[in-house]
Amino acid sequence: MNSNDDGPRGSGTNPGSDMEDLAREVKGHLDQVTGGRGVRGILIYVVLALVGIGAWTSYYTVPSDSVAILQRFGKYQQEVSPGLHFKLPMGIDRATIVPVKRQLKQEFGFTTPGANDPYQTSRDGRQNTRRETEMVTGDLNAALVEWVVQYRISDPVKFLFEVREPSATLRYVSESVMREVVGDRTVDEVITIGRQEIETEALTKMQALSTKYAMGIRIDQVQLKNINPPQPVQESFNEVNQAQQEKEKLINEARRDYNKVIPLAEGEKDQRIREADGYRLKRINEAEGDAARFNALFAEYSKAPEVTRRRIYIETLQEVLPSIHSKIIVDEQTRGILPLLNLDSPKGVRP
Amino acid sequence: MKRNARFAMLTVLIVGAYVLMSSIYTVSEVEQMIVTQFGKPIGAPVTTAGLKLKMPFVQDVNSIEKRVLEWDGSPSDMPTKDKLYISVDLFARWRIIDPLQYFLRLRDERSAQSRLNDILGSETRNAVAKHELIEIIRTTKDRVPLRDALLTDAERELNMGSLVPIQKGRQLVEQEIFAAAAEKVKVFGIELLDIRFKRINYNESVRPKIYDRMISERRQIAERFLSEGNGEAARIRGNRVRDLNKIQSEAYRQVEEIRGVADAKATEIYAGAYNQSREAVEFYEFTRTMQSYKSMISENTTLVLSTDSDLFKFLKGMAPGTDSD
Repeated sequence: MNSNDDGPRGSGTNPGSDMEDLAREVKGHLDQVTGGRGVRGILIYVVLALVGIGAWTSYYTVPSDSVAILQRFGKYQQEVSPGLHFKLPMGIDRATIVPVKRQLKQEFGFTTPGANDPYQTSRDGRQNTRRETEMVTGDLNAALVEWVVQYRISDPVKFLFEVREPSATLRYVSESVMREVVGDRTVDEVITIGRQEIETEALTKMQALSTKYAMGIRIDQVQLKNINPPQPVQESFNEVNQAQQEKEKLINEARRDYNKVIPLAEGEKDQRIREADGYRLKRINEAEGDAARFNALFAEYSKAPEVTRRRIYIETLQEVLPSIHSKIIVDEQTRGILPLLNLDSPKGVRP
Repeated sequence: MKRNARFAMLTVLIVGAYVLMSSIYTVSEVEQMIVTQFGKPIGAPVTTAGLKLKMPFVQDVNSIEKRVLEWDGSPSDMPTKDKLYISVDLFARWRIIDPLQYFLRLRDERSAQSRLNDILGSETRNAVAKHELIEIIRTTKDRVPLRDALLTDAERELNMGSLVPIQKGRQLVEQEIFAAAAEKVKVFGIELLDIRFKRINYNESVRPKIYDRMISERRQIAERFLSEGNGEAARIRGNRVRDLNKIQSEAYRQVEEIRGVADAKATEIYAGAYNQSREAVEFYEFTRTMQSYKSMISENTTLVLSTDSDLFKFLKGMAPGTDSD
């Protein structure tokens, strides 16, 4: 993805074209010996062809997101910035374009179609893509993990000259590190609660390894995509989720019943206490009223007790007696009539 | 013979060019060259990049990789110490440090890769067979896993959500394989830089059992959740009854207390008023009696009154003293 088609390995002079030229020259001479065209004419063609090839191979363009690494006779010369540049022709100088500014990514366990980069996804087809995701967790369960590594080429010289196949090595590193990180976690951490932590730790470890391996690659991000339990187990994971919901539901329903009754009871309690308080006020006020009335009355009574007693007595009886239908007034001496009295007689009966 | 002279010159030129071409060679940054003369290596390997000279025709150059190379093992099934069949996939990084030795012993990379296959394959088998699976899976010995707050109770009961303890861990096992293999590949002029487990997986035949175990674990958790839910609901219902009784009885108690206080206070007030002196007691008795007459005596009451009574004594005569006989 990053170098010209034949890779740095194929660099160097290309004797093939020179050989062709030689052969053509020889053929020209043979033609001449056998009375063909003039050698001068053929030489002109040869020279023209050489100039043409030379011109064709003496310039190159570096795209703005890349740099070129220039090698002369295979020896590293310099890093060339973007733009149009010239070089020595005929394979003496070789420029390898390395896209240092481009954000590159590798996908594990899934494939985004239409990628140019052959290392972006697993190379060995669907079967391998599935195998990439299969991992064993630290509690000896299985999980399927998909993730993406975002990286950039930070050092094109190292990228080209230190490691053969740095991109493939990065894939190995990524797979290895992800399994190491997942292997230290429980299946619950992997699937639900520990995702963030896994991303961070995987990133740190991959960065450390890519530095150690001097691949000239800087890893920017590790992102986890889908993480699932294996297909046959998925249903039981859902059961757990459902049970969790069911648990919440049961508790909420019980809370609802509780809330339906308790605040009401609290209110009723307050009501009864307030009513009792009212009773208390009523009793005390009444008592104080009665006492005040009595005191006032008693004060006057004390001044003339005898006559007041009589007055009250007579007034009371005067008030009481008129409403009574059967009144019998008996003389002390005529006590004998009492047994004859018809006590049930409705109206006042006189003896 | 001008034409012949030109032809001869051209021939010399061509031959000269050909000799020149076969006496120079280039070395790239990524390779090192071993110069051989009739197949026999001559001199030290050329390790610096650039344009180099050699004897034409009799000497050949052989390119040997200078970069770090990869070795990607193919996944192979092997048993662990706990008799679990797992599929192990390794990768290694290596480098040719002694190109001459490498060239003599192996000639090309293909045979190097196949030696690595043999050596690393057997060392891996040895190491894996010596360890339990978990030792190859886990790395950090004392890591404490995160727990889902919701799961905690259920899992603690079932001893789940915890990691299987290890003695060594993956890195040490890798190092064991590395140490054993590095020694063995040295004779080929190869330096082994690093080996790492790429993939470790349950073998197809083991998988159904693992899945069954996972399913049963999950079911346990699910059941646990349900019973926790029911338990918690029952607790709340109990709370409801308790709190209800508490509130109602508290209300009763407070009401009675208040009423008691009220009655006591009223009694105190009445006593204070009516009990201030003997006369007051008598007067109270009198007025209260009078008051009670009003309510006691109604329409249907039959009253038998004596002429001796205070009210009717005058019916017998004016003199108040007449009744004293």
